[in-house]
Formats: sequence, structure tokens, C-alpha cells
Amino acid sequence: MQRPVPRRPGRGLARGIPAVLSVASAFLIWEVYVRLSGISPLMLPAPSRVVHQIVLNRALLWDNMVPTMKATFAGFALSLTVAFSLSVVLDFMPRVRRALFPIFVVSQTLPLVAIAPLVVLWFGFDLTPKVLLVALVTFFPMLVALVDGYAATDPEIEDLMRAMGASRGQVFCSARLPSAMPYFFAGLRISITYAVVAAIFAEYVGARAGLGIVILNAKNSFRPDLVLAAVVISSLLTLVLFAATALVQRIVLRWRDVEGHR
Amino acid sequence: MSLLQLQNVSVALGETRVLDDINLHVVEGEFVSILGPSGAGKSTIFRLLTAALPLQSGQITCAGEPLCARNGSFAFMPQRDALMPWRRIIDNLTLGLEVQGVTRKAARAQVLPLLADFGLEGFEQHYPAQLSGGMRQRAALLRTVVQGRPVQLLDEPFGALDALTRTQMQTWFEARWQTARWTSVLVTHDVREAVALSDRIYVLSRRPARVIAEITVPIPRPRLGRPPCAAAHAIEARLLETLLHQTGETP
Repeated sequence: MQRPVPRRPGRGLARGIPAVLSVASAFLIWEVYVRLSGISPLMLPAPSRVVHQIVLNRALLWDNMVPTMKATFAGFALSLTVAFSLSVVLDFMPRVRRALFPIFVVSQTLPLVAIAPLVVLWFGFDLTPKVLLVALVTFFPMLVALVDGYAATDPEIEDLMRAMGASRGQVFCSARLPSAMPYFFAGLRISITYAVVAAIFAEYVGARAGLGIVILNAKNSFRPDLVLAAVVISSLLTLVLFAATALVQRIVLRWRDVEGHR
Repeated sequence: MSLLQLQNVSVALGETRVLDDINLHVVEGEFVSILGPSGAGKSTIFRLLTAALPLQSGQITCAGEPLCARNGSFAFMPQRDALMPWRRIIDNLTLGLEVQGVTRKAARAQVLPLLADFGLEGFEQHYPAQLSGGMRQRAALLRTVVQGRPVQLLDEPFGALDALTRTQMQTWFEARWQTARWTSVLVTHDVREAVALSDRIYVLSRRPARVIAEITVPIPRPRLGRPPCAAAHAIEARLLETLLHQTGETP
């Protein structure tokens, strides 16, 4: 009756090959086009040139990546805390949910382009406005995911727990919260991809340092190669964060990886 | 004295009358089935007992005491196993004890010796998804009885299984029940199952459900795993007759 959990080592790596091939060929086409057409590097720098710029400017890029990372992490930590606390409040108080949810939806309709300069105006060139903007952009997907996740709890499991004499809090901790975890991670993955972009945008609008500032300065001095070098770094940053989320998800949602689970 | 007694219990959900003047009782160590057509309100009785639904009229007493919401008289086994997919089997089994405030360690110590009898030995670290339907149902039953409540409420516990597994589970269950003698109330629409497992059977009508027959099953156990006797056939036929020729709203 037992269905053993199969372990196929290397399968994950093999699955990655098509992705690596497609990305590599895209860069190759780009490189070939730039070399054959003789287009000016001021218009379109070749990937090799961008990589070269990363190597040349590694100190500059590193120094400016640190503030961006700080803003991203602080903003995300704030957003996670607020989203989780709010989700618990909203779950226990449906009336509050109905009252507040429209406000959260509206918060997501604000164009970042318009709101970022205002936040910088109000909170200055320091870390605070970046943290707030990252939090503003990332908290909604997580909040919605959690609230939807709680609602998706199997009613039979809840009935069972209540029949066992469980309190509202026990039902929440043992049934609703674990049920929401797959949803939460879906929201988290969306959020994390917004986080770095939001931080860079906030810097772009006004900051003393950060990848956003590197991009702004490089653009102003007609250096598309350096702009793209900073873009590569920011993409890598997002990818690392995404991978970290995936790793945490694998650990927390271990039960979903077992054979026989749909 | 009856361990559980329902007197003149009626329930209406909105405009729909679901239960109409239900009277029944369960004696300690007895296996009682509530048999009725689908949607008759059999599960509503369990919802009353587990306080998922407030008592509207009538009286429910448990060992002579009036039923209150959290007096912990019942352990409930739902129709589908309702095992938590994110908990390992052992942690699913201890859920009821955890809710009662038993420490994890003590709860495990209580559950572990019972695993063998329930055919779950060696599977305590598995997740529910890794188990077969029959094993999951046995786990759900163990999770129910380990709570140590006086009365077990079984809501069509074998209904979701395939026919072969169901027969195996019923036979296994009968053997377990004969050693343990849990006071049990079984809700089912399966006539054969009711006759095979019960000491007494209450037959409910269609909605609004009334008790239209109370039948004692005096057949010696074990009844399953051998050719059914004539007495069992006679009772099954009588039950079917009662169910088919009842009055009430057509479904």
C-alpha cells in the first residue's frame, strides 16, 4: 500500500537546460547583431561590453547595490509584517475586512511614477521613503494571498476541529494558517519580483546612492552600457531573492512534494 | 441509563424543516445506526451534537446532563477523512488530544501503541497523501477514538471508499469494535452496513426527518466475513421496505 517517495537526482538540473539554452541564444543573437550591424555602443552595447562594464565598475556597482538591498530587505520585512498582522486581524474581524479592503485595493491603483516623488518629498533622500515604497508595492499580493488562503480552508477540517472543542485561535493556528501557506507563497513570489524594482525606482526619483542612482547617472552621461550593467545586477538580485523564496517554500511546503499529492 | 438521549428534537433551517420531533437514545457500549435517505438530515443530528448548530427545540442529554456546547462528550469522524495534508499521520492522530491541551509528547505516547491495531505501524511519519483510502480512513478513526470521548459519532465513514475497500474496512471495523466496544452512533444510507454493524437501527423518513422505525438487530457477531444469515436478509428487506414506502416530501 505504501507509495515510496521517488528521488531522482539531477532531474532538476536537466529541467533547467531549455531555459539556459533559450536565454543564451537570445544573448548570442544580440551579440551577433551588434557586431555585424556595426551599431554604435552609445545606441546598443553588446552583451560582452555590458559584462566588461560590470567587471570594470564592480566596486561602484557593489557600493550601490548595498543600499538597494537594504531598502529591499527593510521594505519587504515591513511589508511582510504588516501583511501578516493585517491578514490575522481581517480574518478574525470580517467587518473590518469589508471596511478596509477597498483602501488596500486603492493603494494598488496608485501609479508608482506619481507616488514615488511625493514619498521622497515627504520623507527625504534617506532609507525611509524607499522602504515605504517597497512595502507599498509588495504588501498587497501577500495580503490578498493570505486572506484568500484562509478562506480556502477545508470546511470539514474546521468542523472537525470545532467538534473537538477547539477555540477560534486553535482553529486559526492549526487549520487556517497552514491552509493559507501555498497561497501565501504564490503571493510572496509575486511580491518579491516587485521589491527590487520598487527600490530602484524610489532611488531613481531621489537618493544619494543605490542602483537607481547608478542608472540615472549613466543615462545622463549617455552610457547605455553602464545602465545595462546596473540592470543586470538588479535582475540578479531579484533572481537570488526569488530563488531564496523558492527554497523556503520547498521547506515549508514539504508535504506538497510527496508522491500522490495533487 | 442512556448515555445519550434526544427528546422531541426539531430543527428548521430557515423555512426548511429538517428534523421533526426526533426521539432516540444510545446505551453505553451500544452501536446505534441512524439510517435514512440521502439529504434526510442525518448529519444535522451530528451537527447538533457537536454544537455546530444550536438546539432549537427539544432536549439532548448526555449521561443525564443537558448537552452544552463544549462538554466533550463526543468524538466526531467526518464523511471524508479530513486529515490535514500538511501534517504527518502521527500529528494528525494527536490533533484531538492537542486541542484538549495534552502535550505533544504525551499525546504521541498515547497514540503510538495503537498504531499496530489500526494497521498504521510504520506509517506515522508519512503524509496523508502517501496513504491509501482505507489507511486514511483507519487513521481518521484512530484520531476519533483516541480522544477518549464517551460517544463516537461516525458520519458515513466508509461512504467515500470504493466498494472493495469499503467491505474490507467494514470487516476490519467490526473486529476492532468487538474488542473496544466504543459507544457509537453511525449515520449511513447503506442498509447492509447498518445491519452488519449495529445493535439497533433508527430509520429516518425523508425531510422533515422523523423516526419511522426502530429495529433491533439480534444477530451474533462477527457478522461480516462469512455468508450473511437469513435473519440479516430479513432485517435488510424490512429496512428497505420501510425506506421505500415512507411518506413525506419526494426528493
